[in-house]
Amino acid sequence: MIIAEQKSLDEIKTLIGNSEKVLVLGCGTCVTVCFAGGEREAAIMASSLRMATKLEGKSNAITDITVQRQCEWEYLDQVAEQIGEADVVLSLGCGIGVQAIAEHFPNTWVVPGLNTSFLGLPSEQGVWEERCAACGDCILGLTGGICPIARCSKTLLNGPCGGSEDGHCEIDPEIPCAWQLIYDRLSSMDKLDVLLDLQPPKNWKTSRDGGPRKIVREDLRLLEEEE
Amino acid sequence: MVTEIKSESKELTNGYLSGSNLEKILRGGHFAVTGELGPPQSADGEVIREKAALLKGYCDAVNITDNQTAIVRMSSIGAGTIVVQEGLEPVIQMTCRDRNRLAIQSDLLGAYALGMRNLLCLTGDHQSFGNHPESKNVFDMDSVQLVQAVANMRDECIFQCGDAFKGIEPRFFIGAAAAPFADPIDFRPYRLAKKVNAGADFIQTQLVYDVDAFAQYMEKVRELGLHEKTFILAGVGPLKSPGMARYMKNNVPGILVPDEIIKEMNAAGAPWAGKKKEELTKEDKKARSAAWKETGINICIDLIQKLRAIEGVAGVHIMAIEWERAVKPIVEGAGLYPRPQIEETVSEA
Repeated sequence: MIIAEQKSLDEIKTLIGNSEKVLVLGCGTCVTVCFAGGEREAAIMASSLRMATKLEGKSNAITDITVQRQCEWEYLDQVAEQIGEADVVLSLGCGIGVQAIAEHFPNTWVVPGLNTSFLGLPSEQGVWEERCAACGDCILGLTGGICPIARCSKTLLNGPCGGSEDGHCEIDPEIPCAWQLIYDRLSSMDKLDVLLDLQPPKNWKTSRDGGPRKIVREDLRLLEEEE
Repeated sequence: MVTEIKSESKELTNGYLSGSNLEKILRGGHFAVTGELGPPQSADGEVIREKAALLKGYCDAVNITDNQTAIVRMSSIGAGTIVVQEGLEPVIQMTCRDRNRLAIQSDLLGAYALGMRNLLCLTGDHQSFGNHPESKNVFDMDSVQLVQAVANMRDECIFQCGDAFKGIEPRFFIGAAAAPFADPIDFRPYRLAKKVNAGADFIQTQLVYDVDAFAQYMEKVRELGLHEKTFILAGVGPLKSPGMARYMKNNVPGILVPDEIIKEMNAAGAPWAGKKKEELTKEDKKARSAAWKETGINICIDLIQKLRAIEGVAGVHIMAIEWERAVKPIVEGAGLYPRPQIEETVSEA
């Protein structure tokens, strides 16, 4: 899922500026699960902002509401009225949510309340780790299900580099060396021969390097038209 | 060596892959000596000339680092051009950190046109270590892929994309690095094999202080037959102080420093003049530093002798970083001076 974390209250206050009516819009999917922008966080954010503005002697109208997914028009339509009334929408969705609001409501000023961090998972309660770089050309079948694009600091395909020590990456003792993990897993499954093959340079065209990406499923499109 | 030369510029290289002095030394069966020259953090070419003067005659070729430890310095190819002018042969270092496959290939075409003949292909230190930690890295290719791309430019006259090109191809003597003691240690000889299979003509290793551990590594390397397919130059470097030895042991991944060496360095300077640490004058410290350095050079000479005795070690790569002056006494002390002067005698591969 998409992992995000909240921006500082100071930055959020700056983004909101002098707007009178502020709508804090939570999102009920990824950012709810990572405790960054769900219903609970939206309510807390709204009351924090109310408190902060009150201390500054202002009386801004700050409300909050949460939709199931900010990245789908049908859920945004359900709160179109509240969005229309707001001077500014503080989205607690990921960057996709913020852009969906901007795209769907051309007259609405929307600002991000979160920093969208990465695609990952909770490795333990309160800890999230990156797992996928959405490169568009999955190579997990070559690496025992451990991604060197997302998890090796140098995105090596023929790792490990010389900076692997005691299982961690040279750039940070807190970062496990992806290639040590790959080696250990392939070794335990008696598949180390996979690592002897020379992996050619990656086709980055399917990644962000090929420009903004888009998927068109004609089969699904046609169905839609028939309805 | 194993690669058949297909191109028309075969005559230019007289049967060698590149015709570089380093290649001739190695293929002539001589024990090779390479050094290292770090470009300055400025545009001062005089620094290069001064360092080149210290190394000329004592090394068969010198590596010119490429933004070493991710700190901006004069480019390897720029500095290498000055080194060529000074009559010393450079080994251009090229990392994958700062350039994508377009930039790497075009820079190498330029480097060849400027007279560079040796190339060391590296992945590169991560930029978080250097002075621009907020920069974007590239790593479009890794070092193994870079070796293959450069070999394909030389031997097949094709760019990485597969397009053939006409005209003069860059005929580099292609090098790669090896870290024999980095983790996972069992995989290291196999990773070396990948580099050799990709086309590495020579290998320069990370600093070796633990000869026994390196001998074990070489045993596996010989088992894989790699020493017959590539020239392996063991990395050595003179220690300046016991602190440096401890730092390498504890902080640099993939470097093993035996306790005996640390003890030997300690013994060279402590207690100095029978004084306590806080009683040492400026002059005392200076003299102690000189004593440490002398011991460091002697240890380095001893290491070279031992490494030379290991089957499959074709030479040494002396990394006297910011201490180029140490190379002369090391090479002389190891009995490797004068360096062989190669005539155009070796022919077909």
